[in-house]
Amino acid sequence: MTGVMTLYQTSIGKKVVMAVTGAILLGFVFVHMFGNLKIYSGPVALNEYAEQLRYLGKPIFGYEQLLWIARVVLLGAVVMHIVSAVQLTLQSNGSRPQPYNVNTRTQPAYRYASYTMRWGGVVLFLFIIFHLLHFTFGTVGYSSGQFVNPHSGVYEVYNNVVYGFLNPIVSIFYIAAMIALGLHIYHGTWSMFQTLGISSEKMSGMLRSFAAAFALVIALGNISIPIAVLMGILPLS
Amino acid sequence: MDLRLRIWRQKNKDTAGKLVTYELPDVSPDMSFLEMLDILNERLIEQGEEPVAFDHDCREGICGMCGLVINGVAHGPEVTTTCQLHMRHFKDGDTITIEPWRAKAFPVMKDLMVDRTSFERIIQAGGYVSVATGGTPDANAILISKESAEAAMDAAACIGCGACVAACPNGSAMLFTGAKIAHLSHLPQGQPERYDRARNMVEVMDAEGFGGCTNYGECAAVCPKEIKLDVIARMNGDLIKSTFLTSGTRKMGANATRTGK
Ligand code: FES
Repeated sequence: MTGVMTLYQTSIGKKVVMAVTGAILLGFVFVHMFGNLKIYSGPVALNEYAEQLRYLGKPIFGYEQLLWIARVVLLGAVVMHIVSAVQLTLQSNGSRPQPYNVNTRTQPAYRYASYTMRWGGVVLFLFIIFHLLHFTFGTVGYSSGQFVNPHSGVYEVYNNVVYGFLNPIVSIFYIAAMIALGLHIYHGTWSMFQTLGISSEKMSGMLRSFAAAFALVIALGNISIPIAVLMGILPLS
Repeated sequence: MDLRLRIWRQKNKDTAGKLVTYELPDVSPDMSFLEMLDILNERLIEQGEEPVAFDHDCREGICGMCGLVINGVAHGPEVTTTCQLHMRHFKDGDTITIEPWRAKAFPVMKDLMVDRTSFERIIQAGGYVSVATGGTPDANAILISKESAEAAMDAAACIGCGACVAACPNGSAMLFTGAKIAHLSHLPQGQPERYDRARNMVEVMDAEGFGGCTNYGECAAVCPKEIKLDVIARMNGDLIKSTFLTSGTRKMGANATRTGK
């Protein structure tokens, strides 16, 4: 056994880290999106869901215990994903000291996603910070009195979401970020299969379609919510 | 047809180069790209100027020596080697920019010639099978499934021209290294050294200063031998397995996969 650290020292090893942490994050965004859709079942369902989340893993785990474990794992995954991405980007940037005078891309436009991975990743990172300040802490994007922090014991998550998305600028930002997320997931999911050696000539077409479908489901599922709020389908309760 | 050529001229490794423009009238559409450059060189020599240095050997698309970035695309507008590209793909009055492969691991030696010994060092790290010498083995003594044979042959089509590196926005040599690893990884003869090979070749590839892979697919799009991205997945899989197999089980794993599946 040559060890995980020796693997990590290779460029492919860093990609394996990106693939594995990416898989964790993909699982998270899917569950997160699916949970969000409970908003269509009405205020009671969503508020209850928010409350139950804190008791996840009951009775083995106490109040918010499993939630905190998940948060630590997710934070670790995000950090490792970014560190590996930065290391790989630096390696690639050093590989061609003299650029081409004329540089033509041969790949069709649908591979656009692959060219937005790095900057798209930066956009998503900024989005995550905003998203936490917004819906988790309620420190940005609200007029006073609109946001009710669940730690007060009162679960008004439904209204928090509706108030948040009634601001059209915030909604547009979320929609743009979800488009960026969709592109990132499309190329990232397919790359994950490639990096882990799962892809092959027979399977690559199928895996690409799966990546596209997965990215679409997550992006559209999330985008539907600000649109529904702005269209008045999800009114304040 | 009349062409305007913008060609990278560089005296040697240590001097900076620049694009120089040449007018070249009366080019036949039936000429190959390299024949067109031969004509240019003849005229340069007549005028007492230094001819343009470029790599070539077989001019049949099989040796992998030639390679130019033509209007920003490795090997130019057709999926073939530069020597097999014909001037009928260009129009009268076209301006054609011709540059060498550009990568840290492929230093320019002169004009359009680059030093690709970094590829040789990757091969030396494991692109072979160790066999005991002796009599010629019997034909068909080792059975190979059609599937494995074809996958191995597809990967073995790589001529090591370096277009994959030249085209990759990351300057990555994954398609080349992947092809060499996949070729032997699909065959029974390659099994005993399969996982060490992947490890050793990838380490040398990184040390040579090539970039990482982000699956742009530019490499496979310009590859004159149409090597597919699957060879990279195969290499990745072999490298990951090398991490988790001890040398004993690595051999066992090798036996279990004698057919190269
Ligand atoms: S000169 Fe041999 S492949 Fe072009």
